[in-house]
Amino acid sequence: MNNIIEISHLMKSFGDVKAVQDLSFRVREGELFAFLGINGAGKSTTINIMCGQLKKDGGAVRVNGMELERNSDKIKGSLGVVFQNSVLDKTLSVKDNLKSRAALYGITGQALKKRLSELAKLLEFDDLLNRTLGKLSGGQRRRIDIARALLNHPKILILDEPTTGLDPQTRSILWNVIEELRKKEKMTVFLTTHYMEEAADADYVVILDSGKIAAEGTPLSLKNTYTGDFITVYNTPEDEIKRLGTEYTAVRDAFRLSIPDTAAATELIIKHPEIFRDYEVVKGKMDDVFLAVTGKKLSGGSEK
Amino acid sequence: MTGLLSLTRRNIKIYFKDKGMFFTSLITPIILLVLYATFLKKVYDDSFTNALTEAGAVVPDALINGCVGGQLISSLLAVSCVTVAFCSNLLMVQDRYTGVRKDITITPVKSRTVALSYFIGSLISTFLVCLVACGAGFIYLSTIGWYLTFADVMYVLLDVFLLTLFGTALSSVVNCFLSTPGQGSAVGTIVSAGYGFICGAYMPISNFSEGLRNVLAFLPGTYGTSLLRNHMMRGTFEEMEAQNFPSEVVEMIKTSVDCNLKFFDENVTVGNMYVVLIMSVVVLTLLYVITNALIKKNAK
Repeated sequence: MNNIIEISHLMKSFGDVKAVQDLSFRVREGELFAFLGINGAGKSTTINIMCGQLKKDGGAVRVNGMELERNSDKIKGSLGVVFQNSVLDKTLSVKDNLKSRAALYGITGQALKKRLSELAKLLEFDDLLNRTLGKLSGGQRRRIDIARALLNHPKILILDEPTTGLDPQTRSILWNVIEELRKKEKMTVFLTTHYMEEAADADYVVILDSGKIAAEGTPLSLKNTYTGDFITVYNTPEDEIKRLGTEYTAVRDAFRLSIPDTAAATELIIKHPEIFRDYEVVKGKMDDVFLAVTGKKLSGGSEK
Repeated sequence: MTGLLSLTRRNIKIYFKDKGMFFTSLITPIILLVLYATFLKKVYDDSFTNALTEAGAVVPDALINGCVGGQLISSLLAVSCVTVAFCSNLLMVQDRYTGVRKDITITPVKSRTVALSYFIGSLISTFLVCLVACGAGFIYLSTIGWYLTFADVMYVLLDVFLLTLFGTALSSVVNCFLSTPGQGSAVGTIVSAGYGFICGAYMPISNFSEGLRNVLAFLPGTYGTSLLRNHMMRGTFEEMEAQNFPSEVVEMIKTSVDCNLKFFDENVTVGNMYVVLIMSVVVLTLLYVITNALIKKNAK
């Protein structure tokens, strides 16, 4: 797979604040790339530079094989962005909003009609086209935001916390649509999110802290590196668990043992088959990875 | 070009669909109408009648009505061209604040196209509102006393266009420096409340002290109001002269309603008023272009 985004030694400061410091990473074509970090970690600055909204102080950015500074317009034409908050015109109808934005990519006439019909079908908003955007529910508006980002058949879809505040059903619709587009059109998805379960589905994850990469890898490699495994044991009395001499916590109807890795879990189970009659072994979660890497907790829209 | 047309259409649509923005822009003209309806009309009626009857002239009602009506409509148009432009152009501040601007600039469209679309959008919206006001004014004048020729009407339309262009250019420069709707409202309120006074719409500049008159003579908007007065009231003055009213009295009325303006001791001709207005539009537009270029450079 080719690299569709290549960022090397990116630097950006605002006065004395170093927003991005020597940042380097690659995003492969067609993958779901998660870019994590608390507010102020440098995610938005990086995205703004990629979208041509900010000028970098140093380093190189190549998108779709093109140098950012020399091919800004071409690169902009290959990007679709879903912002954290809806940035469409609330007083205009859905159709007028999409028409006015499509024209900025040169999409008009029959091409526009075709694209609108495709997107309305894909995101199920055919009945909303003539309604005023400001009168739609949060979930309906989000679908229109996604449609707006997809107007120009982007090669890269940047999702900046796209599901914050959405109901589970709308989140599910959005992810299904994005998965379908990734498969059909080999679209690359660049995601920032506060929902760790969304990051867990990514192909590759970069965790940013104070403008620098704190950790990167696949979700599995991050979990293996930064968290241990957990064995949840059911239907076993606590004194038997105590006998194992392993750190544990009581959960409802069970005990959760912390184990360094899967090999240690296997060894423990083989050694004490009389205790492990009903159990499951699970890897640590992305929340645990994030906490281990940054020392901060990131969940559901706010860092703690 | 598609981008420019689309953005301009969007800007115009938003102005007319955003009830808050639309009605706020009409506050100053409405205040002016209320002022006239409650007492200004009577004050000017009495003052013109007294001036003419003291000079021994018999004044037909239609002539007085045409004269006072012309003053009202010219004042109304003079403030509308600027205050409506300021309010409709607040969209550029609103877009910056809400993030819509970012959504527009992530597309391949050039930032100069976006800036131009605000200018043209505001110009068209303001001109449309002022044309409607102008039409309503002409209908009103035709019912109370019509003394305009076709040329007068054309000149009034030219004046409205130039003053709209001036209002749009001025508001474009000012709004470039605003970043929140709060700042926009503050500027809108100041302009709405103050412009009517400084351009001589609420009260003719001739009523002010000499020092203030000299200061206001530096403001291009003053000449816009005077152009409208000259063309809206020319027919009534011609009729007064045709009815053998003393020319000193007619000149005195002309001066009292700001048709005759002075830059210190120099009389400013109608031709020079056009030059001042056009030059100020050119300068402000250049300033808008430069400001946008600097803002773009600094933002990055």
